[in-house]
Amino acid sequence: MKDYLVLRIVTKLLLPFILLFALYVQFHGDFGPGGGFQAGVIFAAAFILYSLVYGAAAARRILPIGILRTGMAGGVLLYAAVGVISLILGENYLNYSPLAHEAKEGQHLGIFLIELGVGITVASVMMTVFFTFATWRED
Amino acid sequence: MEEFVNVVILSLMALTVIAIVRLRNLFAVVMLSGIYSLLAASVFVVLDAVDVAFTEAAVGAGISTVLFIGTLALTTRQEKTPAHNPLLPLLVCIVTGAVLVYGSLDMSSFGDALAPVHQHVAPYYLENTKSDTGVPNVVTAILASYRGYDTLGEVTVIFTAGIGVVLLLGGWRRGLAPPTPHTEEEEET
Repeated sequence: MKDYLVLRIVTKLLLPFILLFALYVQFHGDFGPGGGFQAGVIFAAAFILYSLVYGAAAARRILPIGILRTGMAGGVLLYAAVGVISLILGENYLNYSPLAHEAKEGQHLGIFLIELGVGITVASVMMTVFFTFATWRED
Repeated sequence: MEEFVNVVILSLMALTVIAIVRLRNLFAVVMLSGIYSLLAASVFVVLDAVDVAFTEAAVGAGISTVLFIGTLALTTRQEKTPAHNPLLPLLVCIVTGAVLVYGSLDMSSFGDALAPVHQHVAPYYLENTKSDTGVPNVVTAILASYRGYDTLGEVTVIFTAGIGVVLLLGGWRRGLAPPTPHTEEEEET
């Protein structure tokens, strides 16, 4: 897509806003619509847009396959680890109340952490699936 | 006003589906299914289910469309004209649709506050979310805290899907060691 000057410039202009919006949806999910799943998809969409316009190889340079694979497993592990921590602290699995000195703050922290895990896994899986499809012929 | 908006969106959805059925150009079909998802997201917004609308717009209209286009790039853009008679599939579709409509007759009417689904755990969530978790968005509180197990399962499903795609479509050739000598031979050819 080397000739599409407008597309390339507009993509570059849009990218920071898409990424910022993804972060907003991720960390504002307690208060408004959204959460880890939606944020992960939006975050992945930014990189997919970049890769559609500039080529998958360019996107791969920014996000190597190792980071994506670590993210895929790391998000789920982070989620499950929060549950294990609440087990160790003497509560039921995935009950976040003992994570902080006050039950409500613990719930906040727990929801924040597991939403982060959801977001990381969803974003990594979406990008991995897209890159695998997009570069299948090249290998 | 809301009814008018609903009628417009739902008729547009019906028109989109008819166009999808009739078209043989798969690129246009993919675009139309993206539009269909966007219309569905609009319906969810009208129903005040913004979280669901958000997901539908991001996944249905965004990611699925891109994945379909990726698949089209690997296969072909034109659907073959089917050689068989479409009467039997049409009959199956009509019967299935009729059964589904018949089943929906037993559902409580739309927005009924006394419907069983609103009498079970929903009142508990609405009353106690604020004091239990301090999170204003009840949907987030249910998904992340009350139903934490379910969401963990969902994330595991997404993870499994990603692993499946990586393993099926060339995971071993990039970075990881090949599982058997057979794959190594393939790589050389």
